[in-house]
Parts: sequence; structure tokens; C-alpha cells
Amino acid sequence: MSDTSSQLLRLENVSKKYKKNIVLDNISFSVNRGETVTLIGPNGAGKSTLMKISLGILDVSSGEVHREKKISIGYMPQKVMIDDVLPLSVSDFLYLRPNITYGDVAVALKVVNLSHLADQPVQSASGGEMQRILLARALIGKPDLLVLDEPVQGIDIMGQQEIYGLIAKTRDETGCGVLMISHDLHLVMASTSKVLCLNRHICCSGSPEFVKNDPEYHAMMGRPMEGIAIYNHHHDEGHDHKHHGHGASESDSKYD
Amino acid sequence: MIVNMIDTFIINALIGGALVAAIAGPLGCFMVWRKMAYFGDTVAHSALMGVALGIAFDSENPIIMIATCSSVALILLFLQRDKRFSSDTLLGILAHSSLSIGMIFISMMDHFRTDMMYYLVGDILAVSTTDIYTITLVVLLSAISLFFIWRPLLSLTVHEGLAQIEGVKVNLIKIVYMLLIASLVAVALKVIGVLLITALMIIPAAAARTVSNTPLQMIIFSSICGILSVVGGIFSSSQWDVPTGPAIVLSATVLFLCGRFLLRAKA
Repeated sequence: MSDTSSQLLRLENVSKKYKKNIVLDNISFSVNRGETVTLIGPNGAGKSTLMKISLGILDVSSGEVHREKKISIGYMPQKVMIDDVLPLSVSDFLYLRPNITYGDVAVALKVVNLSHLADQPVQSASGGEMQRILLARALIGKPDLLVLDEPVQGIDIMGQQEIYGLIAKTRDETGCGVLMISHDLHLVMASTSKVLCLNRHICCSGSPEFVKNDPEYHAMMGRPMEGIAIYNHHHDEGHDHKHHGHGASESDSKYD
Repeated sequence: MIVNMIDTFIINALIGGALVAAIAGPLGCFMVWRKMAYFGDTVAHSALMGVALGIAFDSENPIIMIATCSSVALILLFLQRDKRFSSDTLLGILAHSSLSIGMIFISMMDHFRTDMMYYLVGDILAVSTTDIYTITLVVLLSAISLFFIWRPLLSLTVHEGLAQIEGVKVNLIKIVYMLLIASLVAVALKVIGVLLITALMIIPAAAARTVSNTPLQMIIFSSICGILSVVGGIFSSSQWDVPTGPAIVLSATVLFLCGRFLLRAKA
């Protein structure tokens, strides 16, 4: 166990049941200042439930959640769609966060390199820009703990790297802790310190390199175990993304 | 003498209508943003039950109406926990059941023969000075409440989950908003009737959208647009002897269409 002063969040033997259905079973982990903890797991593994419990908006059935007193939390939800019927600029969207000023908004926009979009309608932002805007909203007021729910969903490879880069930079500069949900271990490997593989219970956990080679991880994600097969798979995926994201990345660069 | 009486009618109608429209616009903006038009309709239809209760207790106290409308809104919140039925279905059940209950009860009151049309489309020329006091009080209280819940309500309109995690008391704010709608419906009944109240909320808000760049602008323009519709409706109703409620609604529609065409001409 690391020293408790740097510990922002600790879950001990947390379980969650809905009627007879066990959604989370005996989960323990902690998030410290300056570290990134990534939750990985298939659909229905309980990732979102665990995140809600960590944020304190959902009660546990048993176990304990310790959150350091008075820490501020920045939260980045999955994709946000805002209907055109609401006339809302990017700045006004960010200003919705309680107890902040427009000065804070400008600072956060600068961090994610989107100052030029401040007065544009939030609906006009591209997919990658929208995720950066959401990250900016989470970053306002220098939170102690960043909680990110699939921060790069639907973003092309270039955009993904940019967002992960921003998250890592923020963490290193402010010393905040990061708790992140991700689908793809491959993509978060470089910037994460600890990986938890979740499938109702924690299948395995540790450094990304360790988890990558853990048979439990492959069993959970339904991927072949052989090193070469994994390589192929990732190669395929990268290839696929490139093809898929080609048009998108070109149009993205137009905005940037 | 007769001229004076007519003047009082018109002035009361203008003041009452303008006050109702001034708050209907902003509340309507949230209704448009949150895609809750059918919810507004449901609360409005339930007002007819409030009318029936009022007649039964022989009282014109708006509290009865506000309480009835609020109860229906809260029942809806409760029913929404049953995920087997969509909100849409539940609203349909509530809206038409409460409308029917109201109609049956009103028709059963033998000593109270009245034209049902009055409740359905309102009679703004019957707005009395006492009504004006009630409307003023409710509108003022609503405006103050809206001022205080403005930012959290906007935040949960944009993204409920994010708002909740950022510390917005989502359920409390939603209930306050529902109560505001219920209060508005209660005082707007005489002005525009249960069938048309939603129109006074939705159409000015939609008209304001075409000329607004921020939520605050849209709220202000929707108020202005609502007030213009009331004035236009009362004027055309006295000019051509048509029912005032529908005339107000159509004035709003004309403003909406003008906004659309102006915008297209500009582009």
C-alpha cells in the first residue's frame, strides 16, 4: 500500500447487486495522485456502475468507498450530443459547470488548444473537438481527480493520441489522479500506470505490460493468446482504423 | 360608460395575457430544449380536473388548480420508474384520463351549466382585476424561481449525468421546473384554455430560436414574441370577432413563420 496522503480514492471489497443480479463482486483498488488507473472490460462488465460508485452518485450494496475529503472531481462523460434547438456557444457550454468564472473557461480552453472555438456554437465542433471540449470542462478548476468515461470513443487515431497526450500532460503538470474507462488496452498502454480488467469481478490487474500477457485478460476479451496472433489482431485493427478514419482525419485537420 | 367597460375588459386582457406570455416563453424554451412538449400538454389537460375540483369546493382559489396540476406532474415522475412503458405512453394515459375525468365531473355539476369551450380555449376577456393580482403574484414568483434555478436547469438540460456529477441537485431542480409549469397552467387557464396553453409556451420559443445565439437571448425573445402574440391575438379578435385564444396562437405562428422567412432571406 502506498502512503495514504497521496491517495485520492480507495474502494474496499465493494459489491453491487440489483435484486439477485450481482453486477460487481468484491472490488478493491485505489487511485493515487499522479497516477492513471484504467478500467478495461467487455460490455456489461460493470465499468459504468463502478465509475458511478467511485464518483459517489451510486450506493454500494456492501464494502466501503473512501474518498479523500474536499477533493474536487472533474468528470468527462461519454459522447455528448447537444441538439441544435439550443443556441449554445462552446464557452457557454463550459460555463455550465457550477461555481466557476469565464476566466476559468478561457484557461481550460487554452489547455486543450481550442481557444479559437470559444464563441462558436458547440454543435459545430467535430467529434475530436467535442471530446477536447468535454475534457476542458472536466479540467476547469484544476481537479484533484479526473474521471473519464471512454474519452476517445468514436475518434480517429490521431485525435485519440492527442486526447491521451493532453490527459497525461495534465496529470504530470497538476499531479492529479486519473480514473479512466477504456475499451482498448493497446491504446492506453503508454499513458496508464495501472490496469484493472473488470468482468463483474477484477480478473487481473497490474501494469499494462503485465496485464497484456495475462491469460485472464485474453480470456475476458475473447482474444487469442498467442503473441503473434495478438500482433495480427492489433495490426488489423490499426489498419482498419486508418482506412476508416481517413476521411475524418482529413476533415479534422481542416479545422485545426 | 359602456366605452369605459370595454376598455377595462381589453386592458385587463392585455395585462393578464402579457404577464402569462412573459413567463410562458422562458418556461417554453426549456420545454423545447428538453423535448417535453407533450409533458406540457398533459399538465394542461389535467387542469380540467382542477376546474372540476374548484367547482366542487365552490372556490376559485388557484391553489386548487396548482395542486392538481402538480400532483399529476409528480405522479408522472413516479410512474416513470416503471421502465416497461415509455414516458410518451405514460403521458398519453395521464393526459387523456385527466382530461376525461375533468370533463365528466364538470358535466355532472347540474347547478353549474357552462360552455366547455371556455375551459378548452379560454376567455381572456373574462379576466378580472382579481385574476390580474393572482397572475402577477404567480408570474413574479415563477420569474424569481427561474432566475435561481436557471444555470442548474440549463446544465441538466444539456447533460443530466454530467450535471449530477458536478453537484447539481437534478431531481430537486426537475421538480421545481414541473411546479413552475403547473403554476403557469393554473393561471393561464382563463387566458388561453387547456388545449392551447402549450402553444403559448412552444411557439414563441421556437420563433425565438431563429434569431437567438445564446440561451438567454432565446428566453428574452420568446417572452417578447409571446407578448406580441397576445397583443396581436386580442387585437384581431376584437377586429374580426374571432375567439381570442386561437387568435393568440395563430399570431404566434405568424411570428414564427416571419422569423423563418427573414432568416432565409438573410442567408
